[in-house]
Amino acid sequence: MNNLKVLSYDLRRNVVDMIMSGKGGHIGGDMSMMDILVTLYFKVMNISPENQNDPDRDRFILSKGHSVETLYAVLAEKGFFPIDEVISQFSKFGSPYIGHPNNKLPGIEMNSGSLGHGLPVAVGMALSGKMDGRSYRVYTIMGDGELAEGSVWEGAMSAGHYRLDNLCAIVDRNRLQISGSTEDVMHHDDLAARFAAFGWHVVSADGHDYDALAAAFEEAKNTKGQPTVLIANTIKGYGSGIMENKAGWHHHLPNQEEYEQIIADFAERKENALHE
Amino acid sequence: MNKIPNRQAICETLMEHAKDDKTITVLCSDSRGSASLAPFFNAFPEQSVEVGIAEQDLVSIAAGLAACGKKAWCASPASFLSTRSYEQCKVDVAYSRTNVKLIGISGGISYGALGMSHHSAQDIAAMSAIPNMRVYLPSDRHQTKKLVEALLRDEQGAYIRVGRNPVEDIYTEDDCPFEMDKATVLAEGTDVLLVACGEMVKPAQEAAERLKKDGISAAVLDMYCVKPFDSGTLLKYAEAVKAVVAVEEHAPTGGLGSMVAQAVSESCPKTVKCLSLPDAPVVTGTSQEVFDHYGLNAEGIIKTVKGLL
Repeated sequence: MNNLKVLSYDLRRNVVDMIMSGKGGHIGGDMSMMDILVTLYFKVMNISPENQNDPDRDRFILSKGHSVETLYAVLAEKGFFPIDEVISQFSKFGSPYIGHPNNKLPGIEMNSGSLGHGLPVAVGMALSGKMDGRSYRVYTIMGDGELAEGSVWEGAMSAGHYRLDNLCAIVDRNRLQISGSTEDVMHHDDLAARFAAFGWHVVSADGHDYDALAAAFEEAKNTKGQPTVLIANTIKGYGSGIMENKAGWHHHLPNQEEYEQIIADFAERKENALHE
Repeated sequence: MNKIPNRQAICETLMEHAKDDKTITVLCSDSRGSASLAPFFNAFPEQSVEVGIAEQDLVSIAAGLAACGKKAWCASPASFLSTRSYEQCKVDVAYSRTNVKLIGISGGISYGALGMSHHSAQDIAAMSAIPNMRVYLPSDRHQTKKLVEALLRDEQGAYIRVGRNPVEDIYTEDDCPFEMDKATVLAEGTDVLLVACGEMVKPAQEAAERLKKDGISAAVLDMYCVKPFDSGTLLKYAEAVKAVVAVEEHAPTGGLGSMVAQAVSESCPKTVKCLSLPDAPVVTGTSQEVFDHYGLNAEGIIKTVKGLL
């Protein structure tokens, strides 16, 4: 498990390098989501460049599409495309590595960016799996601010109705959105009860604890007759003290001094992880 | 004269093919009755998906199904499908390039007296403005069948608008010339060109026949393929006439008339008159009463043509 934690700091650095190169990106949510994606792609999901067209592959949809930098870093590490190319071309003129997921790139199933789309699309994919008797699982990750979109709850309703136990939604519960605290903007503190009311099995976990995440995904896989939502309690900007829990870092572009501090913090935490 | 609503022709054609093609999947948002799709749901329950009154969910779920290999056909009143789920049509269907066919039922002012909430007088403009989206308004049941069969063979998203009411046949089973994305020429003419789509094709055809008796030669194009717009056929016929009249069940902006005017003004400038619904909530009445009120009938077309020539 520590290997994944160590890896996550290398991938965090790739994300920050992407953002510095492209002069923009959603750094705070990238960092809060990183450990969840690393767990999914390196521990949980059956997906790789070799089976990317296999109808039985697991599916992932990044509903919080603005955190695409983390998805790029993870997909590059999986071998879908070279990381050097992503870092040098991110958000550049004519680049395929744009600021939200695009399925012209290998490894990306659906385009996203507008919030509230991922869950209902994932419902369609999970339903298709049920109709065809396939064993793949579908994962989608949403931001907590995103849950204010009504379409999320249309998707939640249909997933509960069709008892899609091959579907696992994840909420990146970092408690911050662009304007400030999620609870000030539009409160979601009764999230577990809301999903339960729609017929979902609800699991909560520390979104930066690899053992807890792995156990939660295992519980989701073993839950029959209803979809599972994993409420992953995370820290926005996780990895460097200068970003953590600061709403201003939603899409802040680090200056050189901040960049160096962030890289140093990542290196220190990676070192600690190596010795845990 | 046989009068069958085009929505019924869609259901019958899908049912014919669903027997052999198990990837055909139909989705409704509590709309299977109004879409005439109840027979499909009854005959192919394993290929049918009900999402409840949730049009955004309808389109996104269809896109998810399509991304996993289904031929997803989702039906909902055109008014809701084209505006309430507009973003899902844009992002999940057109931008993600999923094979979702969006059937806008009870299009235009089919719902008559139910009012502006139920009218879709802006769907052509809205859907046509989306890159990768195609827009079709078939005129009768025979053409609808040919269109559905062509759409079953491709893997791209499309929006198809049909009306609620039975429409008179324009073609016959044995004589329904159809080329995908090419306008159908219903009459040759040298004085005026009438271009129409959907339910307005019949009055345009009738107007041309009556104008002939008055010595006016009117060409008629059935522009069922609003996007990709067949400007080639349009310009070929527009060049030969003195004026062009476009007729549509749509708001005056961004629909067939706008497209005809744009193409003609760029390549063979001459007068283009657009007959459409007003830029206002329409008067209360049955759809025929509304059409008659705004001159969207053979009389109105004839009057317009005579005023132009």
